[in-house]
Amino acid sequence: MRRHVTAYGFLSAALVVFAVFSWWPIVRGVVLSFQQVNFVTSPDWVGWENFERLFADPLFVVAWRNTAYFTVLALLIGFGVPFVTAVVLNELRHAKGYFRLLVYLPVMLPPVVTALLWKWFYDPGPGLFNSVLRGLGLPTGQWLDSSSTSMISLVLVITWANMGSATLIYLAALQTIPGDLYEAADLDGAGLLKKIWHVTIPQTKFVILMLLLLQVVATMQIFTEPFVMTGGGPEESTVTVLLLLYRYAFYYNDFGTASALSLILFAVLGVFSFLYLKITRKADA
Amino acid sequence: MRTLTKPGSKLYWVVLTATLILFTAAFLLPLVWVLLGAFKPPAELAQQPPTILPQTWEPDAYVNAWNYMNLGRFFLNTFVVAIGAWAVQMAVIVPAAYALSKLRPIFGNVIMGLMLATLMLPSTAVLVPVYLTLTDLDLLNNPAGIWLPAAANALNVYLLKRFFDQIPEELLEAARIDGANTWTTLTRIVLPISRPILAVVSIFAVVAAWKDFIWPLLVFPDPAKQTLSVALQRFAPDTPINLLLAGLVLASLPMVALFLAFQRHILAGLTAGGVKG
Repeated sequence: MRRHVTAYGFLSAALVVFAVFSWWPIVRGVVLSFQQVNFVTSPDWVGWENFERLFADPLFVVAWRNTAYFTVLALLIGFGVPFVTAVVLNELRHAKGYFRLLVYLPVMLPPVVTALLWKWFYDPGPGLFNSVLRGLGLPTGQWLDSSSTSMISLVLVITWANMGSATLIYLAALQTIPGDLYEAADLDGAGLLKKIWHVTIPQTKFVILMLLLLQVVATMQIFTEPFVMTGGGPEESTVTVLLLLYRYAFYYNDFGTASALSLILFAVLGVFSFLYLKITRKADA
Repeated sequence: MRTLTKPGSKLYWVVLTATLILFTAAFLLPLVWVLLGAFKPPAELAQQPPTILPQTWEPDAYVNAWNYMNLGRFFLNTFVVAIGAWAVQMAVIVPAAYALSKLRPIFGNVIMGLMLATLMLPSTAVLVPVYLTLTDLDLLNNPAGIWLPAAANALNVYLLKRFFDQIPEELLEAARIDGANTWTTLTRIVLPISRPILAVVSIFAVVAAWKDFIWPLLVFPDPAKQTLSVALQRFAPDTPINLLLAGLVLASLPMVALFLAFQRHILAGLTAGGVKG
């Protein structure tokens, strides 16, 4: 009995903090989705009105389409690049420390700093990228200033900023692959690509799947980069779900509709989180 | 350990050289470009084609940026937020993880499960309700508005608990026979052994607080209370570009220094502690 009392004494601070800032907000978020809040009188129950308002907002579809487009681009680029990088780094026996240091350096930069730096690099006039392209005699781009390239420009920033973590996690996974598997493949006369396809990828597939799902969950919540770099423009081409949520909550002070949108986002992300949990369980076993 | 290619081949040296050039160009040169750019006057920065080295050095750029944006205040604010977030989180989660691991109270597993369940929930999905809770508690413009929500970090509770689980019971039993109470067992026996995991969790807590943008943006409407990230974002539209660049470099320095100092802990934590970063 005494043991339980002591234990709950040690747990008390965590229980309070989790209850107030984690568990209760989850419940409150669901409740808020069906309410209208005005801070003066007590909140009104409004049924599905908040959801109806969202579905009637043309930006709702735009934001989801943009977020889906962003997620797909981020997977194609932000998922492939770190894996290929890790496979290459795993082969190299020189300058290992240098490579690891460099690839992880951007991860340490505050995202706002990275976003503002890249905004400067992207400047279609004297910006770094167009200057280099002009110097090489290549066509220049409008980057963030055109609605057709704005999203891919954001994906490039995010890949640059975050690929360090994924690369190093893949690298650690690659180093657990037993060398004799490659030797066996050599004896069978397998070429480089065949070895990657038949040994490297199957041996790291849990890590790959885990990072894939984590990345989907993270990219679907993209906020800082579009908020700082484009504000959602040009022509709403970079309005993401979270940017729309922020607008509802903090521009229109419509916390009910913002909560309804988070509930939808939560449901979508929940599917991916659930898959993630299933896979990690399996990987642990 | 053998890998895809054979050592010493011509291909190896080609790949190594290409990777060296690519990595330096992709990750180092942009940062050097900014570092140098801050020394150029705005007119030179608008020039096409750009100058590589500054033609006119403005050696005061970094000092001017510091004064123009009053960066001292925002550095101090960010330090208070980051160090406080670390201290509060440690004070909350270390005893909790210890209780869950070694004291094993009734319903301990249920509590751990409820904590882990919050990991499935993306932090931004509770943006509005946590914001409203902070408003109710009158925690806006107060660093505690960052510290307390950040302390509810289920992943770090789990990492600590998993480490504590490996500490042999006999060690704690011996301490108990020597007359140590639960608290002294934690501080004298458990914490010293757990230094590696404490270092990892601490570094990630500080880095996360320093990098955070959306929470400080919401919690500090008062410009005087803002963190560096929020302030830089606010200053960006009407600050001369050379001063802004200098400000961005200055704001990154503490994190770069932390990385260089604790590189091994950070990279080990990244791969050992699961996927976090």
